Amino acid sequence: MHGRVLIAMLLAALIATPAFADRYVISVLILVFYFAYVGQAWNLMMGFTGQLSLGHSLYVGLGAYVAAGLWLHAGIGPWLGVFAAIAVAAAVGSVTGWLSWRFGIEGVYFALLTIAFAEFTRIGFDHIDMLGAAGGLFLPVNAEEAGQWWNLRGGPLLFYYLALALVAGATLAVAWLRRSRLGYQWVAVREDSEAARALGVDVFRAKMIAMLISSGMTAVGGVFYAFYHRNLFPGQVFEMGRSIELILAPIVGGLGTVFGPIIGAFILTPLGEALIAATERSGFNAPGTKAVFYGAALIAIIYLVPSGVWPWIARRLGFSEHRQ
Amino acid sequence: MTTALLTVTDVSKRFRGLTAVDRISFEVAPGEIFAVIGPNGAGKTTLFNMIAGVIACDEGAISFDGARIERERPDRIAWRGVGRTFQIVRPFPALSVEDNVMVGALLRSHHLDAALEITHAVLRQLDLFDKRLHLASTLTLPDRKRLEVARALATQPKLLLLDEVMAGLRPTETDRMVGILKEINRTSGVTILLIEHVMRAVMALASRILVLHHGARIAEGAPNEVVRDPAVITSYLGAEAL
Amino acid sequence: MSSILFNVVVQGILTGLVYGLMALGLSVIFGVVRVVNFAHGEFAVIAMYAAYLLFSALRLDPLIAMLPIALGFFGIGYALQRLLINPFIGRPAHEQFILLVGVAIIIVNGLLMIFGPDARPTNLSYAFDSFAIGPLFIDKVRTYAAIAALAVTGLLFAFFRYTHTGTAIRACADNLVGAAVVGLDVKRLYALTFGIGLACVGAAGTLMVTIADATPALGPAYTLLAFTIVIIGGLGSMAGALIGGILIGVSEACAGFLITPSMKSMFSFALLIAVLAFRPEGLLGKRT
Repeated sequence: MHGRVLIAMLLAALIATPAFADRYVISVLILVFYFAYVGQAWNLMMGFTGQLSLGHSLYVGLGAYVAAGLWLHAGIGPWLGVFAAIAVAAAVGSVTGWLSWRFGIEGVYFALLTIAFAEFTRIGFDHIDMLGAAGGLFLPVNAEEAGQWWNLRGGPLLFYYLALALVAGATLAVAWLRRSRLGYQWVAVREDSEAARALGVDVFRAKMIAMLISSGMTAVGGVFYAFYHRNLFPGQVFEMGRSIELILAPIVGGLGTVFGPIIGAFILTPLGEALIAATERSGFNAPGTKAVFYGAALIAIIYLVPSGVWPWIARRLGFSEHRQ
Repeated sequence: MTTALLTVTDVSKRFRGLTAVDRISFEVAPGEIFAVIGPNGAGKTTLFNMIAGVIACDEGAISFDGARIERERPDRIAWRGVGRTFQIVRPFPALSVEDNVMVGALLRSHHLDAALEITHAVLRQLDLFDKRLHLASTLTLPDRKRLEVARALATQPKLLLLDEVMAGLRPTETDRMVGILKEINRTSGVTILLIEHVMRAVMALASRILVLHHGARIAEGAPNEVVRDPAVITSYLGAEAL
Repeated sequence: MSSILFNVVVQGILTGLVYGLMALGLSVIFGVVRVVNFAHGEFAVIAMYAAYLLFSALRLDPLIAMLPIALGFFGIGYALQRLLINPFIGRPAHEQFILLVGVAIIIVNGLLMIFGPDARPTNLSYAFDSFAIGPLFIDKVRTYAAIAALAVTGLLFAFFRYTHTGTAIRACADNLVGAAVVGLDVKRLYALTFGIGLACVGAAGTLMVTIADATPALGPAYTLLAFTIVIIGGLGSMAGALIGGILIGVSEACAGFLITPSMKSMFSFALLIAVLAFRPEGLLGKRT
């Protein structure tokens, strides 16, 4: 099992990284972990169950706003707030899923419905004054709370290890789910829902569970987002661009694979950062330059390795993780 | 009540005025191999899909193992013990042969180890064990047909519904499939209801045959009686078998 | 009050016709090529900038500029389908999606690099004129834009109904295998269709300039708008796109007038969710 040794070494290296990396590297790695984590959550829906959600920013945003709102208005800390966040996101997720799948909405239509829900919510949040409306919600930093790590108040290191733990936990969970009865049902639904039904799979139930787990997990990412960035704007968190951003890592890394989202995040986030750095150094830093290259890189990746980078790497390393 | 495993009573289905299945009744006893034959468009597949729960019947009743199933969903019917194949094979293409069958095996056994054991046993029965790690999309048609049967069998059904599993197979492959099905029926006692065009397979397998024509029943009985029935010869066999 | 509301509704219908033309492009492309153009609104914004440039450099009225721009967009669409999208035909939806998202990102940010984030207004001399019909005051620009949109739509209908190529494209949409069997050059027809779809967007974007100021951020918003319209009307249905456009135009105008302009698209999305829940194939779509 040289695979496990490799993973253990990688994990050890990441745990040790803060000892010799500067703040910038740490901040980039936090982003990498964040995208790997939400990528894992989204991958359950699309990669395993075959349901293309283009509105996962909805669950990030709900998680973020619920936890931040509870903290600001009721003094309830994120460790407790996260449960409320999961509950709200999972409830909204199940409404979306129910509305779609009960009425036979599939494929492109489902994808567009998820966008509609996210946009609907974005505009709604623009008008909720209690949560700052369009002007934004801010989590102020004050001295007395500075060291309260249990309330997610702290420096980059706190968030670094928290994000690392989230990714590690999510990856373990996904690896376990993949080889569970439910995981088999999911991939059967993805491959051919009618054939799955003939084998006794309750397709609606399987999809709903995927939605519940995925939206709940994504909401945890939202809580992290809120307390790490400490400011929330509906136009930023719920925006379609956010949904697209969070699905890129698993697609580029390899849909339906356990390590795809991680590999994808390790490729895309540093690529984005490198592009920022490169455009700044060249002195040609018109806004948008970085994103243009990013778009071109996306096209190149999907053109050259459509099934993702990880299956390609895995073949070369001698692992056999094809899409399960 | 009867001791039949499957009882179909006066089942009808119309599509826009066209009567696809017209008041069909028959019974399948436990352990039996029962065949439904008839020319294209006779309503065989419609009948089959009503038993499997894919389409609802307009009239009539279907009982399986003591329960009414004509209003149930396909997955509930599978859960009750009806395993089916598809006429046009539908393997899960991106999954390995083993994982394809695992999906079926996990219907009854919630533990992976137990399911894997069933899976391997079924794969051996269907001569697919050596190919268990191949992707289903890379299999040949005969292999896919057997995979289809393996998957259904892994759900440990009481009744196996086979929709033209011989279609498109060469004679040697047909004989191989016939042998396998006979063996499965003999060893595990699973009841088999098959829809088939290949008379050579039907004659070798079935203990009783139901002949459909334009949705209606024109004959039912033992194979030797049915093939001598004048109505069957004129409407069906005359053109193809004789 | 009621006459003001009536005014608002008429304005909504006029704007909706332009929206409808834009959505028509999306619908035609999806109906035939079976690719969802996720960069649709972004192309509309390119057309807006093109119209803005032609107006500020050559004083070319958008109603005239519409022709060369639509022609240019046809060429872009044709080339895009041939070179970039064609290899993705028949591939999984998410791969096509990523491809077109890449295109959309490049367009939005390319425009941002060139023009910056600020809105570029096209100040037509008749921008604030209106026709007075009884109690109605109808903007001249909107009226012209709506008439032009209708004219383009009419042309398109005629093309699909009466020309040989149009019929061939419809055959492709109905039965791809059959079309290939009878010897139609499917690749060429797909490219033509993509070209036609983009010509619609080009024309619609040019007309849009008379109603809204060009800014890169409009791209994703228009993409969503086009999706909403097409789903409400029925993906692949040409008449559905127009009706959906009018519905959304009216709903936006009324919501903006009765409640607050910032919530206008919330109504569109509510409409969309309702349509998807109760008639997922859209108002005029066929169930597949």
